[in-house]
Amino acid sequence: MTDERVREVSMLNRLLIRPEFGAFLALVVVWVFFAIVAFDNNFVSWVTTAAILNRAAPLGILAVAVALLMIAGEFDLSIGSILGFAGMAIMLLITPADAGGFGLPVWVAVVIALLITLLTGFFNGVLVMATKLPSFIITLGSLFIFRGLAVAIPRLMTNRTQLGGFSDYDSGGWANLFATKIEVGGARFDIAILWWILIAAIATTLLLKTHIGNWIFGAGGDANAARNVGVPVVKLKISLFMLTALAAFVVALVQATQLDSADSLRGTLKEFEAIIAVVVGGTLLTGGYGSVLGPVFGALIFAMVQQGIIITGVDGDWFRVFVGGILVLAVIFNNYIRQRASRR
Amino acid sequence: MSDKILEIKNVSKFFGSVIALQNVSMFVRPGEVTCLLGDNGAGKSTLIKTLAGVHKPSEGRYFFEGDETLFESPRAALNAGIATVYQDLAMIPLMSIWRNFFLGSEPLKGGPFFDVAAAKRITREEMAKMGIDIRDPDQPVGTLSGGERQSVAIARAVYFGAKVLILDEPTAALGVKQAGVVLRYIVEARNRGIGVIFITHNPHHAYPVGDHFVILKRGQIFGDYAKDEVEIDHLIQMMAGGADLKQLQHELAEATGRES
Repeated sequence: MTDERVREVSMLNRLLIRPEFGAFLALVVVWVFFAIVAFDNNFVSWVTTAAILNRAAPLGILAVAVALLMIAGEFDLSIGSILGFAGMAIMLLITPADAGGFGLPVWVAVVIALLITLLTGFFNGVLVMATKLPSFIITLGSLFIFRGLAVAIPRLMTNRTQLGGFSDYDSGGWANLFATKIEVGGARFDIAILWWILIAAIATTLLLKTHIGNWIFGAGGDANAARNVGVPVVKLKISLFMLTALAAFVVALVQATQLDSADSLRGTLKEFEAIIAVVVGGTLLTGGYGSVLGPVFGALIFAMVQQGIIITGVDGDWFRVFVGGILVLAVIFNNYIRQRASRR
Repeated sequence: MSDKILEIKNVSKFFGSVIALQNVSMFVRPGEVTCLLGDNGAGKSTLIKTLAGVHKPSEGRYFFEGDETLFESPRAALNAGIATVYQDLAMIPLMSIWRNFFLGSEPLKGGPFFDVAAAKRITREEMAKMGIDIRDPDQPVGTLSGGERQSVAIARAVYFGAKVLILDEPTAALGVKQAGVVLRYIVEARNRGIGVIFITHNPHHAYPVGDHFVILKRGQIFGDYAKDEVEIDHLIQMMAGGADLKQLQHELAEATGRES
């Protein structure tokens, strides 16, 4: 039986309907824009490329995890606070007892801090699932809770909100893993970029090539329908909240080793930057639709605009105006593309 | 008795003081279509949910494959082979056909890896068996027509080994042609040996495909006929309550100023 109303769908349309396509196009446009405007400022160079990627990597790691959670239909506004909390947890556990810390060996401290951080994600997930309230509200609450804890506990114990000296206790292993610089073409690239690529590769495989990925789409598209066909929606969503916490932990570890310190206020506003990267990357705010590659492009756009503004010497005050503008434009553009493509 | 795959006997369902169902008995045999006819408010939804394991009967007995059973949950009923396709379909519009088809029961190839190629192939094959040619399994379900969506839902239930298929008003929101397409899948499913319970308020849809007609009215069985015992006109009359319909015709005739 052939249908006379079927026409061949063009390659272009097939490309257009991919969630990350709009972000990819935007990335190219932004790059070309700065390559022309900031050519004399050395935009097209190894050094600038390294600077962009170094900026993009931590945000990108967060965005990848947030993307999976958002595709599953939930929000995490507390990821920036968890980042600060995780960093302080690591340093507080390492800091010697006479300075008010726990004085644990580095690897023990890292493992315990990881478990505590996973617990924050578990807390978010369970609370959202148990109350059935929007995760927007619950994690808005935990945004304040975990930021408050990240300030209050260290202050109580050490009387400080910045704890330094990771390298004093590290025998080198952790710094090698998370803070090494790799030199290419005279520019220094953070090893975090490789972590980002690895995490993104795992996440995209999970989303597109495993049954769990199918559950993520289903849970975000219609949680009830997914539950009816046997998807363990509650377990899945709690796990994804824990995954965003894990991403925050990885970034906290990168920063603790790179900057040799933790700060209670680190990660402030990162939750919004991550959501911007995810949404610019073509993920639907309401869930059920999106990709991992899109948010990767989103994080790159974010970092590129930031770096572009810095090197062109435009007053940094304008950065937020640009980012906000790009967010709105990207969402309008993505919507337009999606509607066009799905009408095919 | 033994050939009835699903049977309920004298089932009642109460919600507080409300009697939703009273003394309802019905059955379906493998390879047959039992049509459940009833107007709005007749108790069809309650009866479906009772059959599907959502509600437990307040009184009466439930038999599946000859054994008395009580399903704890819709999932338990589904696992036993009773698949229910609700009006709202439990399909996710943004997801592709093949992702929807296998949601919750994904075929794996080693470890957690979703066998995407197999999923797409099986989706296309199963739809073809039902007589529908889906051109692109990557198409989001949201771009399908209502009839096509019903067909995907039915094909999915059949593929996953449904022995009994409960269809809740599958033709209600459809145009004439689309409804015809869905009716064909009902016959198709029946021919594959599945017991189909087809819920509708439209005797014109029920009569051509049904082997057995149960009429539900105000929570009670109002009539129960095999196909050779009843004419379609009689079904229509029964559905609306013959007298009411005559009265209505009369009133309409007066209102439009013509003699009937």
